[in-house]
Amino acid sequence: ALSVTVQPRCKIIRFILIQNRAGKTRLAKWYMQFDDDEKQKLIEEVHAVVTVRDAKHTNFVEFRNFKIIYRRYAGLYFCICVDVTDNNLAYLEAIHNFVEVLNEYFHNVCELDLVFNFYKVYTVVDEMFLAGEIRETSQTKVLKQLLMLQSLE
Amino acid sequence: RPEGLLGMRLQEMIRVIRSARTQGEERGIIQKECADIRAQFRQGDNGERSHSLAKLLYVHMLGYPAHFGQMECVRLIASPRYSEKRIGYLGAMMLLDEKQDASLLITNSIKNDLSHSSQYVQSLALCTLACMGSAEMCRDLAPEIERLLRASNCYIKKKATLCAVHIIRKVPELAELFTPSARSLLSEKNHGVLHGAVVLITELCEHNPDTLDQFRKAVPELVQIMKGLVTSSYSPEHNVAGISDPFLQVRILRLLRILGHNNDTASDAMNDLLAQVATNTDSSKTAGSAVLYETVLTIMDINSESGLRVLAVNILGRFLLNNDRNIRYISMTSLQKIVQTDHNAVQRHRGTIVDCLKDQDTSVKRRALELSLALVSAVNIRSMMKELLIFLSTCPPELRSQTTSGIFNVAERYQQSFVLHIYLIRILLAGGDVRDETVPNLIQLITTASELHCYTVHKLYRALVKEISQQPLVQVACWCIGEYGDLLLKGECEEIEPVQVTEDDVLDALETVLQSHMSSPATRGFALTATMKLSTRITDNVDRIRSIVSIYGSCIDLELQQRAVEYNALFKKYDHMRAAVLERMPVMGKNSPGHTNGDTSGENKEPDPSKPKPVEAGLLSEPASQVIIIGYFLTETVYEKNGLRLKIQCDKQTETEVMVTLIGSNSAQNDITNFSLQAAVPKVCTCSTFKLSRFSTHKQQIISAAILTGHSIHTVHEY
Repeated sequence: ALSVTVQPRCKIIRFILIQNRAGKTRLAKWYMQFDDDEKQKLIEEVHAVVTVRDAKHTNFVEFRNFKIIYRRYAGLYFCICVDVTDNNLAYLEAIHNFVEVLNEYFHNVCELDLVFNFYKVYTVVDEMFLAGEIRETSQTKVLKQLLMLQSLE
Repeated sequence: RPEGLLGMRLQEMIRVIRSARTQGEERGIIQKECADIRAQFRQGDNGERSHSLAKLLYVHMLGYPAHFGQMECVRLIASPRYSEKRIGYLGAMMLLDEKQDASLLITNSIKNDLSHSSQYVQSLALCTLACMGSAEMCRDLAPEIERLLRASNCYIKKKATLCAVHIIRKVPELAELFTPSARSLLSEKNHGVLHGAVVLITELCEHNPDTLDQFRKAVPELVQIMKGLVTSSYSPEHNVAGISDPFLQVRILRLLRILGHNNDTASDAMNDLLAQVATNTDSSKTAGSAVLYETVLTIMDINSESGLRVLAVNILGRFLLNNDRNIRYISMTSLQKIVQTDHNAVQRHRGTIVDCLKDQDTSVKRRALELSLALVSAVNIRSMMKELLIFLSTCPPELRSQTTSGIFNVAERYQQSFVLHIYLIRILLAGGDVRDETVPNLIQLITTASELHCYTVHKLYRALVKEISQQPLVQVACWCIGEYGDLLLKGECEEIEPVQVTEDDVLDALETVLQSHMSSPATRGFALTATMKLSTRITDNVDRIRSIVSIYGSCIDLELQQRAVEYNALFKKYDHMRAAVLERMPVMGKNSPGHTNGDTSGENKEPDPSKPKPVEAGLLSEPASQVIIIGYFLTETVYEKNGLRLKIQCDKQTETEVMVTLIGSNSAQNDITNFSLQAAVPKVCTCSTFKLSRFSTHKQQIISAAILTGHSIHTVHEY
């Protein structure tokens, strides 16, 4: 069985995924060491687990020995995999924070924006999350930085 | 839309790939693109490299192999141009991990970039190190990171703190290096830096108890910071739904939890603050609830005053009433953890918890079920049982088994209450998904409540008459009818309206089970035995029983046939013993393991409830022991394996004496050693005079025992 184990008491984000309903990955950010086939398996499993859920379910799925906090925006599922003892609500807010930044940055973001500008999406993720932790939560600050970075190219 | 030169070429390729109509077509396009990319890489620096790598990264995201780009990442990282570095680092994070050799090659570039004049380049390096830095790289670069923690701008400090966290996770011995700077970072005003500092300190404390001790001194400072956040006026940058930087609040609360755990001084210092946060935080939105939730977790894990604990449980109770299902769910998760330690406080919310059994999300239902079961007490057992039974009749299939066993465990705990017993039967009638082991357990439970036998057999008989598809229900019903059939026929029962049941009715019901294709072989065994038992409990229809039993003497099912033959013999040759053999079973001990028909092993067997009391012979061969349950009155070969053959012969000696002879023969090459024989007999019979001889090659040896009524077991010879 696939398990996502870390040292005890290591509350770290294991990975962040953005997937669409069909299972295509729009972003995969890994904060732990996984083999390529492990990554593939996890992606498939997460997709299978979240797509069967609807509005009458919670936004949390306890799965094997970890937990997925997810939220659906239109056709995209934003999933964060955390430790079972972590604070679900805080990560739910973190997802929403992240999505609002994307929305602002891409001016009413849609899935195609994430496809054609995938490397920029990674930049956004790296501004807001680092080393498996939430890094910057102020949307204003993040957007300011993103615009600065853009001007450098 | 944000674009650039890089963007356009990349987008072109992406469009082409997306236009593919089949998987095969896509693969073809990708192959061509990769060939182009490879060619580009070989050409060296031509201003196109970052485009090519970006394309490769997209291809990688679609799931295609991209290893050949690894060295290109290394090269691009070393480039002086920002746009190339940026893609190079992204590529490193996506394509390289600690296992690749190439990752070591970028260590030097990272080192240089950490001291770059542009903070954005520094940031790239920090980010990459924090993402995929191996232990070796971390050791190399730790001093650089430590320097950045102390002397750089906020933007860099933010990243450096989390990079330090990563380093400590990879190389725990380096924790000491970061401890001094971590402490001083607490006086930063910048939220991002503060957040990183708190995370770093948390990591340091979790790694080292001595460091934890040190940081306890920082509790007052942390309390101050929290107070500032809770009471501060509207701060737009970090505000989420009216809460000032809930993420930072959550992290500070978590750190306080670690520092206050098992330490009175620290716990005292944060007591007021926790009360303040608990009462002042607005929980109408998720952000506030997240903070409140973390507060509750902290209160529960430190040495808080009892008043504070009650406050925390009440918050959880309020969460239970929240419209948001998420919040109800996490509330129950926490309540489950404290239901033992703060039982009374949680009991106050029992009503709401029970209501959550009706939620539409199965995971919420599951939590509510676990909590409900934990909250059952002698005082509320009746109403809780009612709720749980209602739940059982409508719960989703994946929860049935858990519910039924939960109810059984609760019932066992309170088995003194006869009301419970009634509900127990109703469980079966509700069609609960009962596991096989539960049947003997339930039977055992039924035997212990003698005042309920009448009620039980009536209820089960009526259920049996209605439908016979649920095997556990049918088995228990048959057993009860066999045992308590006399009570059933008498017709009177306190708790049920009396209905006249005739002997024919009862035998009809049992025969229906015997003949039904829905009945499993085990179930039919129950039914046949029950029929037989009734022969001593009814008066008029014994002949009918005789004929049923004799019909099954030629049944194809071996098990059934064997029983029928035995019962036949019980009618014929051993009629005088019939009453004694079929009498009421004694109350069974609690420690008997669950039995399944015929294939358990071991010495201390309790009477198998599905059969009349048989003589057993335990035979040991090789490492495994086998128990073969034989009938009373047969002569047959009961065991034949590896040259050892055993026959049992029963002969009536006198009116009260039966000789059971075990005839063994050994046709193997070697002697059989470690052969032991044990006989168990029902209390009406006793055993004496065992005579054993040695088994040796090619010889027939006879072991005989005389079974007499009325004497105690003399000796059991073990050989």
